[in-house]
Amino acid sequence: MAFNLDSKIPEGPLADKWTKHRFDMKLVNPANKRKFNVIVVGSGLAGASAAASLSELGYSVDCFCFQDSPRRAHSIAAQGGINAAKNYPNDGDSVRRLFYDTIKGGDYRAREANVYRLAEVSNGIIDQCVAQGVPFARDYGGLLDNRSFGGAQVSRTFYARGQTGQQLLIGAYQALSKEIGKGGVTMHTRTEMLDVVTVDGEAKGIITRDLVSGEIKRHAGDAVLLCTGGYSNVFYLSTNAMGSNVTAAFRAHKKGAGFANPCYTQIHPTCIPVSSEHQSKLTLMSESLRNDGRVWVPKKKGDDRAPSDIPENERDYYLERRYPSFGNLVPRDVASRAAKERCDEGFGVGESGLAVYLDFADAISRLGEDTIRERYGNLFQMYEKIAAENPYKTPMRIFPAVHYTMGGLWVDYNLQTTVPGLFALGECNFSDHGANRLGASALMQGLADGYFVAPYTVGNYLGEHGEMNTAKKVTTEHPAFDEAEAAVIARTERLLAVNGTQSIDSFHKRLGLIMWDNCGMGRTKETLDKALEEIPKLREEFWSDVRIPGGDKEFNAEVEKANRVADFLEFAETMCLDALTREESCGGHFREEHQSAEGEAQRNDENYAHAAVWEYTGEGNRPELSIEQLEFENVMLTTRSYK
Amino acid sequence: MKITLHAWRQKDADSPGGMQTREVDGISKDMSFLEMLDKVNEDIINEGGEPIAFDHDCREGICGTCSMMINGQAHGPDGSTTTCQLHMRSFKDGDAIHIEPWRSRAFPVVRDLVVDRSSFDRIVQAGGFISANTGGCHDANSQLVPKVSSDLAMDAAACIGCGACVASCPNGSAMLFVAAKIGHLANLPQGQPERYSRARSMIKQMDAEGFGACSNHYECEASCPKDIPVTFISDMNRDVLKANTCHSDK
Repeated sequence: MAFNLDSKIPEGPLADKWTKHRFDMKLVNPANKRKFNVIVVGSGLAGASAAASLSELGYSVDCFCFQDSPRRAHSIAAQGGINAAKNYPNDGDSVRRLFYDTIKGGDYRAREANVYRLAEVSNGIIDQCVAQGVPFARDYGGLLDNRSFGGAQVSRTFYARGQTGQQLLIGAYQALSKEIGKGGVTMHTRTEMLDVVTVDGEAKGIITRDLVSGEIKRHAGDAVLLCTGGYSNVFYLSTNAMGSNVTAAFRAHKKGAGFANPCYTQIHPTCIPVSSEHQSKLTLMSESLRNDGRVWVPKKKGDDRAPSDIPENERDYYLERRYPSFGNLVPRDVASRAAKERCDEGFGVGESGLAVYLDFADAISRLGEDTIRERYGNLFQMYEKIAAENPYKTPMRIFPAVHYTMGGLWVDYNLQTTVPGLFALGECNFSDHGANRLGASALMQGLADGYFVAPYTVGNYLGEHGEMNTAKKVTTEHPAFDEAEAAVIARTERLLAVNGTQSIDSFHKRLGLIMWDNCGMGRTKETLDKALEEIPKLREEFWSDVRIPGGDKEFNAEVEKANRVADFLEFAETMCLDALTREESCGGHFREEHQSAEGEAQRNDENYAHAAVWEYTGEGNRPELSIEQLEFENVMLTTRSYK
Repeated sequence: MKITLHAWRQKDADSPGGMQTREVDGISKDMSFLEMLDKVNEDIINEGGEPIAFDHDCREGICGTCSMMINGQAHGPDGSTTTCQLHMRSFKDGDAIHIEPWRSRAFPVVRDLVVDRSSFDRIVQAGGFISANTGGCHDANSQLVPKVSSDLAMDAAACIGCGACVASCPNGSAMLFVAAKIGHLANLPQGQPERYSRARSMIKQMDAEGFGACSNHYECEASCPKDIPVTFISDMNRDVLKANTCHSDK
């Protein structure tokens, strides 16, 4: 049964849509708001901001996170900054330009109306964060400072040293804490969502596992918001936190939520290269480093001299050479592929040959070491701790790594999934970044959804469909809860019953390798076919030979991992299938068959200017594809050029 | 590289715990400390045992989840470093390494090296925020903030809430954590309206959670992975004094 993908984009001119929609939406009487219980899963930027804002409005909110505190979600690790169309530097920025850059950066695979709204609310986010006490960088006059970021020619990025995500998350965490303190939000830490409960097709609650006691619990709600992040850890090695996972989104997918464009994967160009087989995760160095660092490789293949011994005329500053107007500031997908291309051709540096240099010598001689330390001190320190090299003296070695996933649960203009009452916010949805996300846009989107979109659209849903009469509300006694809870318990029992010989991590690593080799930076029909053959075999092996030590009625990290890896093993297949079906290259999806003579991505707008939305049809069955055609009325589809 | 690992094992909050010793071989200097523990756990699982539970998430020193005493020092021997950023190159072949959970009455053990730090959250919930509801805020540049104030606020706001300050304090005091939050907001103009009530409520909650008092050992500053200075404690004490004497707003 194909989905009916009504994007619910309001009528009218682009710039008026959100204003008009806000007027048209239903309001809930302030006295009635507390009768509605909203479930928010996840406490990162999207989750914390949504939970706090909804509670401020008067709704009764339950917020869940698997970490020990809502302050720890992986939003905290974002370094570089957050975009807004303030135009403080007077360099020609506007809402329209931020919208345009984001649509173009996303390689024309995002919905115009959503992206315009994102640009429109971006300014309010900065105002909100400053009011909360986020210590953004300032100039000597006391005004806010801006910097430029990849994919933009204006300076519109607000930052707090190299810890912008941390500071924004702490802002949202403080707002959330304020509401927890007042009793508007009940916080459930160390609690993982394992299923969505639907009644007559509408989301009415969730099933969770208490990660300390192992207890399975039911929670009923009038709406469920998933703010559960991305799925980069399907690659095992990524820059995501160890706990980041696809479970909540995938379980929602199994309950009827369409999953859009799972193949769109962002490979971040500036990460610390893999150093050993024991590596558990990759570390990103903020893209802002490309403002002052120059990327190069030796002109001679296999040149193993120390970087300082390679004279200027024997260095290839390949980004500046290939893209003279954007230079080192090309978007992430372009920079990543260029690095891969140089390394594939044998020009890579370091022991593995899988790295390029990011050199600050010019910037240091121009601006002085102190200025560079002030801008990037914590990043340089982080690099030195991991690589044991001093980047003030010797160039950093960097290589692309999986970092962010643009795909996610399909949502309409109201951020509602194909399941009524189930919303998806932040990285967990697919909506705003198209096929490639620009730097400093993830924080913007998470907070836009949480502070300024969901509080309106969830209210509209509750106003239209919410049941105010307590006696008529769905409670946890409803048979749908019995069924969902029984399924969750049965699945965990099935996992524990395998009692095999191989660890969960060993399966996760093998899956990661399959995905990186076959569905990574460059994909072909051949590699994807291979992955689609290997993944089901690995999944079968997992279900017949995985070993989970200990039991499920206790604190047991292995049970948590088992559930997550089992979902990745299913989800990976959908991802590869999506990559195989999309016969074009766009943004973070590069099919080697579809490239220009110069190696640039070649889109196919005639056949693929759409969101591919997958419907779950049972384990091992081919999911069914539905399509949302993207209409471009305000921008011309052109080939992205950063030359 | 070979090491002898002595790890604290404790089934849950109610069971007694104890040190367990294990010889570990095949450690490379490039491994992070937690990758060493991953390897140990992989070995334990393959032998049919139960792995050592420890808290961790981002593994890049920013989320504040990882938390253990390594040879008696919070986050181990290196300065300005979280456990996840520590590498085995900081140890020698043949070293004995002792790992224990954070030590504090206010951080009860959950399992092995995992502790419950929700007391920190409750301190923030008591007042560690600015009451600015979503929407209706004026333009971000309409209020100037001197760069020195903003930088000072950022120095304090860099706190990752890991709890090393408490774990390393002989009194189990949370003064540096609380002072960092208070210092972050007190140095900004937006934080002024609630400045004194905030200091009072947070200190009250801190005491209620069972944290000890500060007696100027400065172990907290030495162990803080984000180098938050104890001068914030002095600033906080001044605010608390004012709150309790001059400002009777609550």
